[in-house]
Amino acid sequence: MSIALDLAPTTEAEVSEILADSHARRTPLRIAGGGTRVENPGPGEPLSLARLSGVVTYSPAEMTLIARPGTPLPEVRAMLAAEGQALAFDPPDPGRILGRNGTPTLGGMVAANASGPRRLLAGACRDHLLGVRFVDGRGRFLKNGGRVMKNVTGLDLSKLLAGSHGTLAVLTEVVLKTLPLLPARTTLAFPGVTETTALRIFTTALSTPFEVSGAVHVGGTAFLRLEGLEGQLAYRRDRLLALLAEHRPEVVDDAPWDDIRDAAHFATGGPLWRILCKPTDAPGICTGLRAIGGDCSLDWGGGLIWYRGPGNPRGLAPHATLIRRAGVQGPAFPPLPAAVARLQDGLRRTFDPAGILNPGLMDA
Amino acid sequence: MAMPAPDQRIIARGPQIVAALRAVLPADAVIDDPQETRAYECDALTAYRCPPLAVVLPRTTAEVAAVMGVCGGMGVPVVPRGAGTSLAGGALPTADCVILGTMRLREVLEIDTDNRYVRVQTGVTNLSVSAELEPLGFFYAPDPSSQLACTIAGNIAMNSGGAHCLKYGVTTNNLLGATVVLTTGEVVELGGPEMGPAGLDLLGILCGSEGQLGVVTEATLRILPRPEGARPVLIGFGSPEVAGECVANIIRSGVLPVAIEYMDEPCLRAVEAFAKAGYPDCPAVLIVEVEGSRAEIDDQIARIRAIADALNPVEFRESRNADEALAIWKGRKSAFGAMGRLGDYICLDGTVPVGQLPYTLRRIGELSRQHGLEVANVFHAGDGNMHPLILFDANTPGDLARAEAFGADILRLCVQVGGCLTGEHGVGVEKRDLMGDQYAPDDLTIQMQVKDVFDPDWLLNPAKVFPLDASATHRARAAE
Ligand SMILES: Cc1cc2nc3c(=O)[nH]c(=O)nc-3n(C[C@H](O)[C@H](O)[C@H](O)COP(=O)(O)OP(=O)(O)OC[C@H]3O[C@@H](n4cnc5c(N)ncnc54)[C@H](O)[C@@H]3O)c2cc1C
Ligand SMILES: Cc1cc2nc3c(=O)[nH]c(=O)nc-3n(C[C@H](O)[C@H](O)[C@H](O)COP(=O)(O)OP(=O)(O)OC[C@H]3O[C@@H](n4cnc5c(N)ncnc54)[C@H](O)[C@@H]3O)c2cc1C
Repeated sequence: MSIALDLAPTTEAEVSEILADSHARRTPLRIAGGGTRVENPGPGEPLSLARLSGVVTYSPAEMTLIARPGTPLPEVRAMLAAEGQALAFDPPDPGRILGRNGTPTLGGMVAANASGPRRLLAGACRDHLLGVRFVDGRGRFLKNGGRVMKNVTGLDLSKLLAGSHGTLAVLTEVVLKTLPLLPARTTLAFPGVTETTALRIFTTALSTPFEVSGAVHVGGTAFLRLEGLEGQLAYRRDRLLALLAEHRPEVVDDAPWDDIRDAAHFATGGPLWRILCKPTDAPGICTGLRAIGGDCSLDWGGGLIWYRGPGNPRGLAPHATLIRRAGVQGPAFPPLPAAVARLQDGLRRTFDPAGILNPGLMDA
Repeated sequence: MAMPAPDQRIIARGPQIVAALRAVLPADAVIDDPQETRAYECDALTAYRCPPLAVVLPRTTAEVAAVMGVCGGMGVPVVPRGAGTSLAGGALPTADCVILGTMRLREVLEIDTDNRYVRVQTGVTNLSVSAELEPLGFFYAPDPSSQLACTIAGNIAMNSGGAHCLKYGVTTNNLLGATVVLTTGEVVELGGPEMGPAGLDLLGILCGSEGQLGVVTEATLRILPRPEGARPVLIGFGSPEVAGECVANIIRSGVLPVAIEYMDEPCLRAVEAFAKAGYPDCPAVLIVEVEGSRAEIDDQIARIRAIADALNPVEFRESRNADEALAIWKGRKSAFGAMGRLGDYICLDGTVPVGQLPYTLRRIGELSRQHGLEVANVFHAGDGNMHPLILFDANTPGDLARAEAFGADILRLCVQVGGCLTGEHGVGVEKRDLMGDQYAPDDLTIQMQVKDVFDPDWLLNPAKVFPLDASATHRARAAE
């Protein structure tokens, strides 16, 4: 493994050169955005996209943002907020849970398909990704999608690249849909409830048309978030208060949604897992998790469990990803059914025939 | 429209192929009588026709797998078909293919309102999914205008959208999982009720793949609670530009309507003559629909009125009750029928950045004069998805070709202003040879290489999506 300076291209052409060269020499690379989040145990020289940075175009009236991958997320947030807009999928800043102090980038966000509590209502990062430019493992410049809201021209490779964690290609430009920043917010808190009760609260609330934009359970309290125009909020809040009266809700004006989004409550201490499940299975899985030691919280109305503890959750819930290793060995990503693994493998060999992009990261 | 010459070796083996299919399917599920296969010779793009070698209509995933096993083993091309409402020739047969119709797979397998999903066989129609959910207070959001007929399979393959997708997204945003049969006959489960796939997002490329990667037999769909109410307003403007400005201003204001529909003067004239909807006589009309409780709707409409008033509309019509709401939608819903009464037309489907709408509309007007053919516009303005309707006379020799040339110019224009060739109807055979206008050769190559992974022998839905010259080497390699 090389300990040379990071490769840090500033143009798409340089990215292409580096990848073509690594392809020819079959030398692996570890792709990094903020270079700060993913604990990539694989071999390879670091390839940092941090300097391929900057907004290319932002058109608020068209609700589109085109930016290079190294653009820091906080910068983008501030720029959109100045125009009354936001990335509606609420991307987290997971630096805290990994104990790093870098800044998340748009490229890393897309490569991880990073999506916060609002995913429930707004969809994931991939649902807001309109197009990409990228360089594949041979060094070819490629593009897919575009900058319009509806596009079904050919295969939708943007979706495939979102969540591919840099194992198929290096993103060199991303096009994202922006949405109006919702002007007002209120939160209903239900203190001292179990996961089972929390799930009942979520199910009731999410079966209403009141557009709940966050349903989480942290430290024994369930929270429901409402966002929107002032006039809507009061009405929706009151209807939910009435519907859920038996669970003794409290109205909280400044609930810590950024902390909740970033799973800050598990910022320290031991291995951390991210588990996806059917929401109604969550309480049972949590009981099982506590039996193997540790603690959990719920996001996405029960569809996402954060588990911090020494045990291996895969026996209880197959879709478990190891986010903070804290010494745990083995693959971070959950194993796949054989047929799916074969397709995934075929795609990786297509995009990256020499196996130079983040080898070992997403492998079965 | 050029299609590759059918493989005579396959046609010669027709009887053996049909016998092999009969061996794995019930008797009524295999059709090879030329009288009956004629019913499958085209989809809603009726200008192109070709009867298939045979048609199979299986009822289960296992039967689909058996068909794929037979066809894959014998090297026979397969064209999946739902209801055949594709407007792009997406389900057009070739003479050497088997049509695999999935419309008999129409069971609703599971409705889970607690976890907000429904699992269906993909031959169910789009509308019947929502009908099943209605008594439970839920709905399935994507609502293509063809929803009475089109199937979930076709919706997934085309990534279909509808009038309400401005707020709720298109099929890919509402699809959680799928059961897919590969050309080997192997059955693969992608995604499921969990929010997020394990591994790469294979479901993401399956959706919108136009039958190129696998046959979808079951799907898990996200469902949503029904809104308390919905109400449209109609706004008439003195010019298309001002209407376009109004769309942008509404979107920027923070109100997120569920639909913003646009109709231009030629369309309005046709609609008035046909449906007598009582629309104002002006160059451009918007229909904007908002949802929520009564108070929420009032609040949103007040904001929209303020935005529109600043632009001096010819008319701002609010619906005060269900009848008035229906009247507002009536003209829009009958637009395609109304245009049909004026003559033959082709319906295009390109998307442009919303800011480019006024320029694009002006250019389409110029092109209309150049080509000497009339065009009317009715479309989903909120997301720039245009549907210019080009009028022509099918009985005048050469008119169809002129209309197609005009259509191609409009689609190239969409790409030039930063948009794309198709927003919801798909590429099919219709736009196949324009793909090079939107994508560079390498961009197409990587897409075809993805198909290689799923369908190495290129048996699925031949000669669609990829330009024939670009796909020649892939097809030839597979045929070896
Ligand atoms: C195993 C694992 C799974 C995760 N899953 C999620 C999740 O589902 N949702 C979530 O909210 N957060 C997730 N995270 C956290 C996620 O990594 C961060 O949200 C985000 O990646 C931070 O951005 P960054 O710029 O620091 O990324 P980095 O840590 O630098 O990179 C993140 C990933 O993206 C790749 N990458 C970075 N830039 C590019 C580029 N330009 N082109 C191609 N690939 C690139 C990297 O190789 C790496 O795989 C996960 C973390 C880990 C360790
Ligand atoms: C009047 C009218 C209005 C329309 N309005 C809209 C609209 O508002 N929005 C919109 O998006 N579209 C619209 N369409 C187009 C069309 O209805 C959609 O594309 C629809 O999704 C097609 O569904 P289908 O079941 O008819 O599929 P088909 O036409 O049978 O097939 C469409 C494509 O799907 C593939 N396919 C079918 N079944 C499968 C399967 N099981 N597995 C894999 N691939 C399969 C076919 O090979 C083909 O490529 C409209 C069409 C008409 C005629």
